[in-house]
Amino acid sequence: MPQIVVSDLTKHYRIAERDAGAFGAIKGLFHRRMRTVEALDRVSFSLEAGELLGFIGPNGAGKSTTIKILSGILRPTSGEVVVEGLVPYEDRIRHVARIGVVFGQRTQLWWDLPVIEGFDLLAAIYRVDPARYRATRDELVALLKLERLLDQPVRQLSLGQRMRAEIAAALLHEPKILFLDEPTIGLDAPAKLAVREVVQRLNREKGVTVLLTTHDMHDIEALAERVIVIGHGRILADSPFEQLRAEGLAERRVYIEFAEDAPDLVLAGVEVRAREGRSLELAFDPAKTSAPALIAKIAAAHAVADIHVEQPAIEEVIARFYDRHGAGEA
Amino acid sequence: MAAVASPYLAAFAARFQLVLQYRAAALAGFATQCWWGAIKIMVLAAFFYGAARSQPMSLEHAITYTWLGQAFLIFLPWNADPDVAEMVRTGAVAYDRLRPVDTYGWWYARAVAWSAARVAPRAVLMFIVAAGLMPLFGLGAWSLKAPAGLEATVLFAVSMIGVALLSASIVLLINVVAVASMTDRGANLLIAPFSNLLSGGIVPLAFFPGWIRPGLRLQPFAGLFDTPFRIYFGELSGWAALGGVALQVGWTLALVLLGRWALGRTMRRLQVQGG
Repeated sequence: MPQIVVSDLTKHYRIAERDAGAFGAIKGLFHRRMRTVEALDRVSFSLEAGELLGFIGPNGAGKSTTIKILSGILRPTSGEVVVEGLVPYEDRIRHVARIGVVFGQRTQLWWDLPVIEGFDLLAAIYRVDPARYRATRDELVALLKLERLLDQPVRQLSLGQRMRAEIAAALLHEPKILFLDEPTIGLDAPAKLAVREVVQRLNREKGVTVLLTTHDMHDIEALAERVIVIGHGRILADSPFEQLRAEGLAERRVYIEFAEDAPDLVLAGVEVRAREGRSLELAFDPAKTSAPALIAKIAAAHAVADIHVEQPAIEEVIARFYDRHGAGEA
Repeated sequence: MAAVASPYLAAFAARFQLVLQYRAAALAGFATQCWWGAIKIMVLAAFFYGAARSQPMSLEHAITYTWLGQAFLIFLPWNADPDVAEMVRTGAVAYDRLRPVDTYGWWYARAVAWSAARVAPRAVLMFIVAAGLMPLFGLGAWSLKAPAGLEATVLFAVSMIGVALLSASIVLLINVVAVASMTDRGANLLIAPFSNLLSGGIVPLAFFPGWIRPGLRLQPFAGLFDTPFRIYFGELSGWAALGGVALQVGWTLALVLLGRWALGRTMRRLQVQGG
């Protein structure tokens, strides 16, 4: 049986609306117009222990709502969630003791407390055995390079430092499941790399199940084997990352640097995207045109100084995917 | 048992230590409370000297009552817990639910720590100045007198623990209102005059009209000031003092139950509507 089973999860929010302007405000005093927003619409998926799943989708697609329901904060309008045999929102205390959660936009540590005291407090909250706590803490401190931050109050940490501390804080009770809601938001490149590395190690070495939402496609590219694309509260795709990329854009780009001015190439199935001076950019479908054959053909006919093949950027793949499914931000 | 209680004890200890560090706030608060206490005592004295008939409380007791009120002022529930108010403002209340703890117990432990840590330095200073230093400077008539005896001292100490617990149960109710109404301002505005007046914080309850006094002494706020202070100077002793403490405990239990129920309801609604 999978570790996490989500079936027909539906969540509606009721939002009070009013007409613009003073008249609208007065009208709102007497009659509230309620609008129902469907944040999630019959979302189903399941997750085996040890999987690393990426959740992507435009803003407002329902990613955070899903994580909030899975972590027990929110109750769905209908549908069911079972995480390791527990229904999160019915059995909150037992459930949250088993999971770790990091919200990139919130701090769960205490602003005024030094990092180490926050950790101590969390160990008490989760009733972690003291010896076990010290071992876990020291391991996490080394893994996340927190040695020099431990005595600083959380409010003095930079965002990148804080996020590393937050991740350690979420793992002190050694949860088997980790929910990460936009863990790399606002971080600089080295901090992002550090977060990715830690998540990957936890997943591979400790077998922690990870469910991660992000807008950063490089997170997904670096981490997730499996990706769920969500838009308007519905699952648009649930597939291995490579498959998503292959389906999303069956295209290769070849960048060629010639020894002299770039020739005016005309080849069947190959589009010339740019030609400037000695360089040339070509695009082709790898299913129809073989890359080695194409390169061999060009190299045989012209003096080539340099050549490299690329896949389109993952951002481009995803943006096209959203467009095709009409999932662009509402 | 110890293992079960530990998250709440840890929450209490962490916050107590943290709040205790705010020395400047404690000193400023203490100075204000001295000043305010002096004014109140002067008003009381004018009232006593001008009054034609005998009063329900001696001036000496009224002065001691006033200093005690200034020393333990922070135990009056003035507003919602600022941490909870902050969570309400930032929409983070739901995230507190990620902790594997009973939210009521968690907030309660923190509320007790918050008030106790602020009371402790102020009360110590107030006793040093009003009971220790004032007689040395020839102000003995206006000073805070010692408790009525050993029995009174012990019962007063027990009763002050009762005050801390009762006060926190009221703060928790304010917290729930703040969470439910999504702002702490309304609840804060409402509670301050109630707790100040009904506890005997403005005027000892003895000075209220005779017909209303018995009712006043039964309501929960009386247990914050009036009951323990009357135990202190021996007006309530023996069974009457124990009865006063029992009433404190009874109200605390009732308000805790009410608070738990209200918090449960509010949290369920929050779970449905989103944080």
